[in-house]
Amino acid sequence: MLDKGTFRRRALRHPSLVAGGAMVLLMVMSAVLSLFWSPYPVGDIDIPNKLASPSAAHWLGTDSLGRDIGSLLLVGSQNSLLVGFIAVGIGLGVGVPLGLLASARRGWVEEVIMRTADFTFAFPALLSAIMLTAIYGPGLVVSIVAIGIFNIPVFARISRGAANAVWARDYTAAARAAGQGPLAITLAHVLPNIASVLIVQSTIQFAIAILAEAALSYLGLGTQPPQPSWGRMLNEAQSQMFQAPMLAVYPGAAIALAVLGLNLLGDGLRDVLDPRLARQRSA
Amino acid sequence: MSDLSNADPLLQVDDLRVSLPTARGWAHALRGVSWRMERGQTVGLIGESGSGKSLTALALMGLLPERARVSGSITFKGQELVGLPEPQLCQLRGARMAMIFQEPMTALNPLHPIWKQIAEPLRLHQNMSASDSRFRALQLLERVQLPRAHERLDAYPHELSGGQRQRVMISIALACSPDLLIADEPTTALDVTVQKEVLALIRQLVQEDGMGLLLISHDLGLMQDQVDRMMVMYGGAVVESAATSELFAHRAHPYTRGLFAARPRLGLVRGTRLTTIPGSVPELMDFPAGCVFADRCSLAVEQCRQTPPQPESIECQHADKTPHVVRCPRWRQP
Repeated sequence: MLDKGTFRRRALRHPSLVAGGAMVLLMVMSAVLSLFWSPYPVGDIDIPNKLASPSAAHWLGTDSLGRDIGSLLLVGSQNSLLVGFIAVGIGLGVGVPLGLLASARRGWVEEVIMRTADFTFAFPALLSAIMLTAIYGPGLVVSIVAIGIFNIPVFARISRGAANAVWARDYTAAARAAGQGPLAITLAHVLPNIASVLIVQSTIQFAIAILAEAALSYLGLGTQPPQPSWGRMLNEAQSQMFQAPMLAVYPGAAIALAVLGLNLLGDGLRDVLDPRLARQRSA
Repeated sequence: MSDLSNADPLLQVDDLRVSLPTARGWAHALRGVSWRMERGQTVGLIGESGSGKSLTALALMGLLPERARVSGSITFKGQELVGLPEPQLCQLRGARMAMIFQEPMTALNPLHPIWKQIAEPLRLHQNMSASDSRFRALQLLERVQLPRAHERLDAYPHELSGGQRQRVMISIALACSPDLLIADEPTTALDVTVQKEVLALIRQLVQEDGMGLLLISHDLGLMQDQVDRMMVMYGGAVVESAATSELFAHRAHPYTRGLFAARPRLGLVRGTRLTTIPGSVPELMDFPAGCVFADRCSLAVEQCRQTPPQPESIECQHADKTPHVVRCPRWRQP
């Protein structure tokens, strides 16, 4: 693939990659930090100090129960990252093998897999998540699984499409002529050649997962109290919309920044990893 | 090579027919191809685009599209290949028969260093360890005369020129010392000067290892000093086959004559137009009932269009065992 030096040089020259990477890094670091330390314990209710404006003690103020907003945001990022990682993991782990299988076998196998993917696509992610929570009750696990299931056809489709293009290349024909079976060709030739596409798609699906989790939590179907979540913070802020409008701005901004950062990162990676663009630039 | 099957020829192809599904029905791309190839023999397959040369190679390797219909028989060292299950074919490919592709630019995976790609068949067919196969890859690269082979083991395909890549492709094909090497227009994508070198290399390696070579090309001049025997294909069938020297001396089939006439030569008066064969290869869907070449043939009579021509033997003027066979009843006409 790209050697490390070229990759680093090209990455650093790409503004949206750097900006997106910085935002994502900030989110990851705050999640890691919140595992050990947050300004206040998130469960601490301090009614006398409720709806405080930003001060030295509470940098971003407090909510209707007197909880520290900064701490809630910090700890809430864990939740978003968890959902993103697991939902994308489910999508990659199930969708990519299905897509590769469809591409390697063709014929009726491909038809069955892709038509099933189309069928799953017919249900919007949020709708199927709401359906699942109706069956299994609201909760973080159910919403992660629902978002993960939505990711499966996304990755199945994209990996099949990209893999078909690789199967049409001469080097897979050459590998077949050298006696390699479909599984060996898939692992040695197809997967490495579609890796960049999958990486880019993963960042985009990660952003979608964060957004979906926030939406579900906002609706009260995702993360349950007392676990803090950006989506639920929005929901709780809604009732104080006119007394404390800033309560909705902070989690909203956190969600927006996370999604924007991941999208910028994805765009940047696409440019840097795309072999066609790479060739043009090095030529 | 000293096993019992020595009595069998390397390759025996009988009445090989291949049809491919198209939007307009079945295209009969190979319409009864038969030939026999001894061990260590070199055979050239010549014809214009669409005559079925490459398809013949793919059929031999068992690499035809899945939906293709194949009938007839291909016997490789006594083993029937038509209808052989994929796993057994995989054991043969790369090990006993290997193929060099037309485009060295795209036949190497851009993501792997070249030694890994040479090592692939070794590890697959001979269970070689990584370090052994790396060493063997170096030997192979030296054998195909890649300059500075040692430094190039870790090179990626884009760091090599076209000729160098084709040498790498050849070393991959030779890795398990196969009995049959199929070279499908191995030099078409290369510069003229490099073509000569690569062909000379293939010829030398084939001689050293006693491999059978099936060289596919549309270039007559290139065949002359490369192969023992030549087969001329037209419209999915072999229309003439003979020893190379015999064919160059006495070309019988009107199509072969046309091919020779159409070849550019040195010493022509400036402004001389090159001779061409009028018309083009017929559509694979609607082959005529009689001779496929009849519509473009200057010797054709009504009978040619009605009955398909049968192979006829020509007495060889050259002292050679290879029979001269032509599929045209009117070959005696000047």
